[in-house]
Amino acid sequence: MKNRGLTKVDLIFETIDSGKVLSKAFRMSNEEILKEILDSGLRGRGGAGFPTGMKWKFTAAEKDPEKYIVCNADEGEPGTFKDREILDRAAYKVYGGMAIAGKAIGSKKGYIYLRGEYRFLLPQLYMELDKFHKLIKEIGYDFNIEYRMGSGAYICGEESALFESIEGFRGEPRNKPPYPTTSGVFNKPTSINNVETLVTAMMIIDKGAAEYIKLGTKDSRGSKVFSVSGDTPNPGIFELELGMTVKQFVDEFGDGDTKAVQVGGASGFCVPRKKFEDTIIGFEGVPTGGSMKLFNSSRSMYNVLHNYLDFFTEESCGQCTPCRVGCQQLLKGIERVKKGEEKSLYLHELLKLADTMKIASKCGLGQSVGNAFKSIVENFREEIIY
Amino acid sequence: MINLKINDQQVSVPEETTVLAAAKQIGINIPTLCNHADLCVAGNCRVCLVEQKGARTLVAACAMPVSEGMEIQTNSLKVRNARKHVIELLLSEHKSDCTKCYKNQNCELQALANEYSFGDHIFLDLTTDHQYKIDRSSPSFIKDDSKCIRCQRCVRTCAQLQHVSAIAVANKGAHQKISSFHDRMMSSVVCTNCGQCVNRCPTGALVEKTYIDQVWDAIYDPNLHVVVQTAPAVRVALGEDLGYDPGERVTGKMVSALKQIGFDSVLDTDFTADLTIMEEGTELLTRLKKALVDGDKGVTLPMFTSCSPGWIKFIEHKYPQMLPNLSTCKSPQQMFGALAKTFYAQKRNIDPSKVISVSIMPCTAKKYEADRPEMRSSGYKDVDYVLTTRELAVMIKQAGIDFRTLNEARYDSIMGDSTGAAVIFGATGGVMEAALRTAYEIVTGREVPFKNLAITPVRGMDGVKEATVKIEGTTEDWNFLEGAELKVAIAHGLVNANKLMKAVSQGKASYHFIEIMACPGGCIGGGGQPIPTSMEIRKKRMAAIYSEDEHLPLRKSHENPEVISIYKEFLTAPNSHKSHELLHTHYFERESY
Repeated sequence: MKNRGLTKVDLIFETIDSGKVLSKAFRMSNEEILKEILDSGLRGRGGAGFPTGMKWKFTAAEKDPEKYIVCNADEGEPGTFKDREILDRAAYKVYGGMAIAGKAIGSKKGYIYLRGEYRFLLPQLYMELDKFHKLIKEIGYDFNIEYRMGSGAYICGEESALFESIEGFRGEPRNKPPYPTTSGVFNKPTSINNVETLVTAMMIIDKGAAEYIKLGTKDSRGSKVFSVSGDTPNPGIFELELGMTVKQFVDEFGDGDTKAVQVGGASGFCVPRKKFEDTIIGFEGVPTGGSMKLFNSSRSMYNVLHNYLDFFTEESCGQCTPCRVGCQQLLKGIERVKKGEEKSLYLHELLKLADTMKIASKCGLGQSVGNAFKSIVENFREEIIY
Repeated sequence: MINLKINDQQVSVPEETTVLAAAKQIGINIPTLCNHADLCVAGNCRVCLVEQKGARTLVAACAMPVSEGMEIQTNSLKVRNARKHVIELLLSEHKSDCTKCYKNQNCELQALANEYSFGDHIFLDLTTDHQYKIDRSSPSFIKDDSKCIRCQRCVRTCAQLQHVSAIAVANKGAHQKISSFHDRMMSSVVCTNCGQCVNRCPTGALVEKTYIDQVWDAIYDPNLHVVVQTAPAVRVALGEDLGYDPGERVTGKMVSALKQIGFDSVLDTDFTADLTIMEEGTELLTRLKKALVDGDKGVTLPMFTSCSPGWIKFIEHKYPQMLPNLSTCKSPQQMFGALAKTFYAQKRNIDPSKVISVSIMPCTAKKYEADRPEMRSSGYKDVDYVLTTRELAVMIKQAGIDFRTLNEARYDSIMGDSTGAAVIFGATGGVMEAALRTAYEIVTGREVPFKNLAITPVRGMDGVKEATVKIEGTTEDWNFLEGAELKVAIAHGLVNANKLMKAVSQGKASYHFIEIMACPGGCIGGGGQPIPTSMEIRKKRMAAIYSEDEHLPLRKSHENPEVISIYKEFLTAPNSHKSHELLHTHYFERESY
């Protein structure tokens, strides 16, 4: 199904016989599952891209008999809506992926942390969950899943803040180390994975790593579900093979006037038209948790940036200085430059601040504010100033 | 042991040491702000960032455990630039009107800013973007969010050391702040006014409510007679604010300074501490007699001490069902206040309405206690102004006194005599020890069977301490106690008090007498004591307290000559009608939410 260098895939939403795949997985040894996932080169689909096999391997190596699988369904990145669709259409595969992960690391208990705004999905998710628990019992395996609800804070998608929230505390990121694989939820070894990662893992067990690595590139194996929005005649959810350039993507989804694509949401990177051809969507280029937002020439990149900074200023947990104060400074800074109350050279100070935030913030939120800021300011400087 | 390199120097430290501690060991100082020796690691101010070879980001030295082969740079260009940015960011959200700030020259943020000698600020002033209201509702302290840098030391203190959580983090992002339940005023939430947060705030966001000017005004008013009392724990800590090392006793110089400042009479809370022992000891023995001899089932035991106003407010909020267990004795400060405007005024032939009674306390909760409406048994406000140890140091500096060269002076009389038993009230276990010294002797006619009167099981920094004293060889009046085992317990820091209260209220532990002090280490670690505080510092103050006790000729409360004479001349006997009128009080159930 090649279409201008862009391959559509149907893996995540493909209907499978869950019982068959799970039976297969439970007959495998822990090591066999780990090997399969490691061989597949699967990297986390939430955005950060940590190798899933490694994460499972580290958690499996922990001696504590009490371990957890946590599914991160707090999909909050602006412009990302693929996990909602996956849960809506293929929840059984999310549950299956969790059980397989549980088998691999030696855990009998899973939590799904669901974004507060997705509460409307719960009745149907619980129905599916009952079916899953019955199926697991029939197969003669023991794995239990519970839902925990988010309450609307973006920061709770950060893994350690998510654990705090599950435990009933204020959602604030923890110091690392220790990492979740040694001390996660309830201070027990935890493997926390994105919704899509778990589904993909199940599909890898079904089809085999050898089959899976036929898709994608060396650094970005397989396929990925994208949430396409913005100035596009064709918005929605699309599963595509990894390794395409932004140009190929824009050719498929653009409206003919695309001037920039924001890859990876507010914490991602802005790719301007002049770099479309050279930029690969994936870990070798611009990584993404799925968000692909297209902007055409009618959009002011100042407004885009202002919107993102406004978002971060609101959604920082506020605990660490670089993120809490830095976001406010960046926002106020561009406002004043725009109004001419601050010289355009002040942008230079702000860029330095963005660099500091990247290396000085406590968690991924503060560390990635600089991505959007720098890529927009550097590529659309004149739009910020004038 | 773990081997690592810091600034190219090799260092070996035990596992789980932080980079911060490892650096300190080899004389490398890494600046910190949210870090505090008494509290769990937060890692949120990011001032202590250092560079770790191979790491993607800088790491917080306070939160980063050492690992084998680690290589750290604490002062690289990358670190310096980031640190300057972090401090600048903190300054941009901090209302920097330093010359008008009570914490001027005693502010950790100011010190850092000074160290990095900023000229023009890079970043924009954010303080005007927020609408800050200063909360002056508590009689003990002021909370000014415009000076808050969100280090959360206060939040951790209140939760971790005091089990109160009067303040917690609210909101997120730019709106994140340290707030109270439903954002209520501090005077109307569950807050014990202990001031432990004040003691740990690195800036001027939490400071004691000061009454220095009112006290100066009274001193210079020729129509007023101003008496001052000094609490036991002040004399072993005041020096720290005047250039001495922790653990230095400055009793005589302090008395001299107070006289030079112009107080009409410099007296000692220790006198009423001794009096407390007489009243509280008698109350305990009476309760025991009622329970053991009269078989009175209505007697509430164990009896709890009532000297610590932070503890009193805690139990009023959290364990109101146990209020009958509290001794009805007022704290020494309030006993003193009531006597200053009755007994003292009579004896000195002064109109009590012209007496202003000032107390110097290691405590911020004492300010609240003095304001309690029931604390007016003299017919006037028994204690007019309460100053902390820190405020006294400020007054001494304001008066231009060279503290070091002062001669040692003695307390004035009447109500200036004291014993070693009163001095040790300042340390956790001290009230218990003082009570045992006296009660044992009353009951048996002999001294407590501990070498040099040091009842060591009740001393020290363990959070909860227990001891059993077997009573043998009683005198005729007390032979119902023959062979009895008096079981006592001591807790300091409200988190420990809560543990003990839980055990007692659930019937898991049974005691006769329990001493509780709201602050870690007792009054020596009070919220009004010099800043900074740490276990090390508190231990030094504690050692000074016991050394003061050992150096005094009289070490048992019932031997205090002024105590003996006040009963003869004025109060008749412990727990007499007069005593109850002036020296005892009652408590109130308060909301807990």
